[in-house]
Amino acid sequence: MNTELNNEAVPSISQQFRFQWEEVQKGYVILYPEGMVKLSGSAGEILRRVDGKTSIGSIINDLEQQFDGVDLKDDVYKFFEVAMENGWITLT
Amino acid sequence: MAGSHSHKQDEDLKITPPLWLLAELTYKCPLQCPYCSNPVDMAKYSNELSTEDWLRVLREARELGATQLGLSGGEPLTRPDLDIIIKEARDLGFYTNLITSGVGMDEEKIKSFKEAGLDHIQVSFQASSEELNNFIAGTDAFQHKLEMAKLVKKYGYPMVLCFVLHRHNEDQVAEILDLAIALEADYVELATTQYYGWAMHNKEQLLPTREQIERAEKIAHEYQEKMKGKMRIFYVVPDYFEDRPKPCMNGWGNIFLTIAPDGTALPCHSARQLPGMEFPNVRDYSIEHIWYGSSDFNKFRGYGWMKEPCRSCDEKEKDFGGCRCQAYMLTGDPANTDPVCSKSPNHQALLDDVARIESDFLNHVEQKPLVFRNMRKSKELVND
Repeated sequence: MNTELNNEAVPSISQQFRFQWEEVQKGYVILYPEGMVKLSGSAGEILRRVDGKTSIGSIINDLEQQFDGVDLKDDVYKFFEVAMENGWITLT
Repeated sequence: MAGSHSHKQDEDLKITPPLWLLAELTYKCPLQCPYCSNPVDMAKYSNELSTEDWLRVLREARELGATQLGLSGGEPLTRPDLDIIIKEARDLGFYTNLITSGVGMDEEKIKSFKEAGLDHIQVSFQASSEELNNFIAGTDAFQHKLEMAKLVKKYGYPMVLCFVLHRHNEDQVAEILDLAIALEADYVELATTQYYGWAMHNKEQLLPTREQIERAEKIAHEYQEKMKGKMRIFYVVPDYFEDRPKPCMNGWGNIFLTIAPDGTALPCHSARQLPGMEFPNVRDYSIEHIWYGSSDFNKFRGYGWMKEPCRSCDEKEKDFGGCRCQAYMLTGDPANTDPVCSKSPNHQALLDDVARIESDFLNHVEQKPLVFRNMRKSKELVND
């Protein structure tokens, strides 16, 4: 059980939340009892790679490849901190 | 007069999608809570939509962008087609919330709703003690509710427990929160009674005292601190005791769409009482027409309909002038400023009324008995 944010940790969307694309809002959202958070484009790009199998390190690599090799490590970690605080993700 | 306002000032009015669909599936309910927000004349609207109607409403609303779905009532469990509605909602991509008293629920239903894709169950309690709970509910439901809450958790749903607060249970907030902790609630709503529907009818017997509210708020905040990260506690001060109005429904026709059991489409569940409105019915119109094209949904959108002091107020974009229904109930004109606002010329009259109710209660002036919500009583009140 890995509970610290590091490159080996594997995040999953918590059972208490749902993550999905909303066509009308043209964006990803997090859904929970009677509530919804609309995610920014970059937050959506990160969370859509969270599948309970891919490690944070692989997610960063994948994002950096897609976005022309820009260093995204800090941004991704910052987002995962917020996601942990809100209980959106759990780590294994 | 409310009808004389034009929307010319709102030429740039942009209508946003109805993100929240509240499906009031029925007004039938085995409970008789005297603070129910259903209309007092609910007996007039017993012609419930069919399963097919509801499935069409779900599809059309989802197409417009509705994401959150509340299945409510009355008691939604009295609808035999609830599992069909849940399944369709989930297949369409709604986040589906069942808002229930727990009466009529059993393990089999909790399990089959999970399989149908239900996301969340909110169970209402009337109090933390069996005696008061059953008195307010008008039925022996407390033990059953406890069992149901445990099963909701057992099947892995996020659980919201909702307690409606008023004079008779406002002093139980600590016990209520202890109960919620014991039942492992994920969220607790300490839902202050809002004075609409049956609650308005029983206002004199329900309104808590200012002292009760201050005590309850303090305790709620202590528990919020203590349970941080484990259980979220929502506590809202009753708006009669505030000096700025609530941004009711986040603005008229902004994100909320309510469909009443008979198919009437409403910007909020109590709007039907407003005068001069003929809210459209989903039997006659598409959700798209209702949301974007009906005059009643456009009536209080934006800011062009506002009168002073709202019109020139720099907080109008924050609170939208408060609640149209409250403005109507307390001043006779839904386009007036909600009297909760201290800038309203009717604010002092509201304060005086609240003070009189409190003084009558504290001085043991004889109280009328609570009127319990049921169809028989509704018929009586309609015929009065």
